[in-house]
Amino acid sequence: MKFVDEFQDPRLVKGLLKEIDALASRNTTFMEVCGTHTMALFRYGLRAMLPKLVKIISGPGCPVCVTPMNILDAAIEAVHKKGVILVTFGDMMRVPGSMSSLEAERALGSDVRVVYSGLDSLGIAERNPDKKVIFLGVGFETTSPSIACTVLEAARRGIDNFKLIAAHKLIPPAMKALLEAGEVKLDGFICPGHVSAIIGSEPYEFIPKKYGIPCVISGFEPVDILQSVLLLLRQIVDCVSRVEIQYSRSVKSDGNPIAKRYISEVFKISDSDWRGLGRIPASGLVLRERFEGYDALRDLDIELKESVEPPDCMCGEILRGVRSPSECGLFGSSCTPERPVGPCMVSSEGTCAAYYRYARH
Amino acid sequence: MVCLGIPARILSIEGELADVEIGGAVRKANIQLVPDAKIGEYVLLHAGFAIQKLDEADALETLKLLEELYEVR
Amino acid sequence: MAPEERILLAHGAGGKLTRQFVEQDILTRFRSLILGRLDDGAVLTLGDMRLAYSTDSFVVDPLFFRGGDIGKLAINGTVNDIAMCGAIPMYLTSSLIMEEGFPLADLRRILNSMQDASAEANVEIVAGDTKVVSAGSVDKIFINTSGLGIVEKEVSGSNAKVGDKIIINGFIGDHGVAILSEREGLDLKVPVSSDCAPLNGLVSSVLSATKCVHVMRDPTRGGLATTLNEIAIQSGIGIRIDEVAIPVRDSVRGACEMLGLDPLYIANEGKVVIFVSPDDASRVLDAMRAHKYGADAQLIGEVVTEPKGTVLMRTRIGGERIVDMLVGEQLPRIC
Repeated sequence: MKFVDEFQDPRLVKGLLKEIDALASRNTTFMEVCGTHTMALFRYGLRAMLPKLVKIISGPGCPVCVTPMNILDAAIEAVHKKGVILVTFGDMMRVPGSMSSLEAERALGSDVRVVYSGLDSLGIAERNPDKKVIFLGVGFETTSPSIACTVLEAARRGIDNFKLIAAHKLIPPAMKALLEAGEVKLDGFICPGHVSAIIGSEPYEFIPKKYGIPCVISGFEPVDILQSVLLLLRQIVDCVSRVEIQYSRSVKSDGNPIAKRYISEVFKISDSDWRGLGRIPASGLVLRERFEGYDALRDLDIELKESVEPPDCMCGEILRGVRSPSECGLFGSSCTPERPVGPCMVSSEGTCAAYYRYARH
Repeated sequence: MVCLGIPARILSIEGELADVEIGGAVRKANIQLVPDAKIGEYVLLHAGFAIQKLDEADALETLKLLEELYEVR
Repeated sequence: MAPEERILLAHGAGGKLTRQFVEQDILTRFRSLILGRLDDGAVLTLGDMRLAYSTDSFVVDPLFFRGGDIGKLAINGTVNDIAMCGAIPMYLTSSLIMEEGFPLADLRRILNSMQDASAEANVEIVAGDTKVVSAGSVDKIFINTSGLGIVEKEVSGSNAKVGDKIIINGFIGDHGVAILSEREGLDLKVPVSSDCAPLNGLVSSVLSATKCVHVMRDPTRGGLATTLNEIAIQSGIGIRIDEVAIPVRDSVRGACEMLGLDPLYIANEGKVVIFVSPDDASRVLDAMRAHKYGADAQLIGEVVTEPKGTVLMRTRIGGERIVDMLVGEQLPRIC
């Protein structure tokens, strides 16, 4: 496939690894904050190919994992109401809420449907005018522009039976919270490529400026990731710290201004609760007053209850990069992909799921 | 799946929708976020939307540089 | 009732949950050593004959798709299960369950397909049943077929030997992606047809070429990954495969990328994986490539001692990772 295969060239991989080997001279810890990076590292076997001195840990990059349990419980409460169709991306189906999951609720007869695009929910709404179609909006900045477009489209077409559970979050504030907490010593960030395709490089500038930590915005193919690791190592060796764009074929410094405009037209920034990280200021999106009519929880009169994490579940620490999955007592025993306890094990991009599926031997 | 964005080529455009293809598989994508995208160009496909255009020239240049660096022809 | 006490779609997906269900609920009740082997079909002794006997139900949606229909699937599915036991399929039964209102024209189209498929596979449908239920009680039509054959060569999922080479007869993922592309609401156009085909002829020519075939299985629900895992567990060995060697069409790869799926887990209906002694691997490859349904056969891996019960893959960049069994449900009603 074009623009994918070339960035998987084993000869380039070999060359990059050789240079990384030469440059790595002390223990270095980089953090990635994107579920797709988590997966890519395992899927290609990259982690094992890097020198032992270079460690890459996962942060809160899986939007499904950082969505607090109370949002999932609210979605389940919504679908229990008469005349509701709950529409979601596939990743949320198997995540355990406090009592159940969307997959289990579907088995029990609730109308839960999986879509690939937010716009599909508008089609469902139009075909079911007597029902309320609730879309569970989970994701980072990669997804929020398309959901903003969906809301605007709903307004344009007068689709009033479409509602949104707005649970989108922003990555840079979470990175700031991690740095403020100072739990993990980081030598660099591998920044998310597709979030950055939307927001550009500017939102990360505070990281080198205030914390002196190098940042490289990385693509997702093996060559991208390795080149990003190399660029980070070079910054360390040169004693500089700045934001660099490795993924220049998709990321411009100002991102996608049109997408950013759509987001700010429909949503405003507010404080948000993150699983494992607590309340982070200015880290989530809520609907602007103009679009409050599309707010599902308001429309169905559903209150968010307090999230109670399952005992012994280490998802929180794993999301903060403080622990690795193998350190969790439940990992592989009472918590497996078939019977997950926490979201990190069931999400297709969760750290525990990746570790279990690809590297548990 | 929520961060997934793959390069897809635009085959045709009709208003806000474009037919995009990857390896011969074709789907519709909404191009509201990249309204100046043209037929033949590559876009990043994510959840039914094209979220950014792919800079082909940049991609080829990056590859060329890497190939020269590591003496891969 | 607690959510865990209900059947989930994932129970029918052919992956881990299916396996767990079979082990915990079926095997514990239907006590049979033969059943316990969990091969594609049962191999039995009747008098002085070794017979293979199997059954399968077909609930595919949509009924008609590029490359076939539910009728063709129903015949070839059972023909292949028997063939995978190293047996020559001879007799089939066919049970139809239809909802009232199902168009006769569609039914006749399906029956014609079944006759054509039977003729190609050289099997005879000798018994059957027809049930009609009220509209909505089944979705249009479900078909069950069972098959009987005479064993040519004893093979079993537990016979894989360290050093065996693993060969597949062609491209993976075609059937699942073809079905998906015909599903309404998915808006996916892929120029690929289901690979639905009878494999007994191909299997016979392989068994003529060598006596050293140890395992044969068709990777249907759960895909190649699940099948290889099952064999690794059954045989108590490890498997190493090479990502670059596994044949996948560009359009299937593209469709999978678009939908966030992995071709390794997608159902096939005309594929067989063969485990054969290393000395006979090239003979088997030649025999397969000379056959209509084996033209694109490839050697994709081998059997190793460790890690037991695990499938490891050498990635396209030279790294390594585990290929797990399917968890959850990738695509419902794919066969």
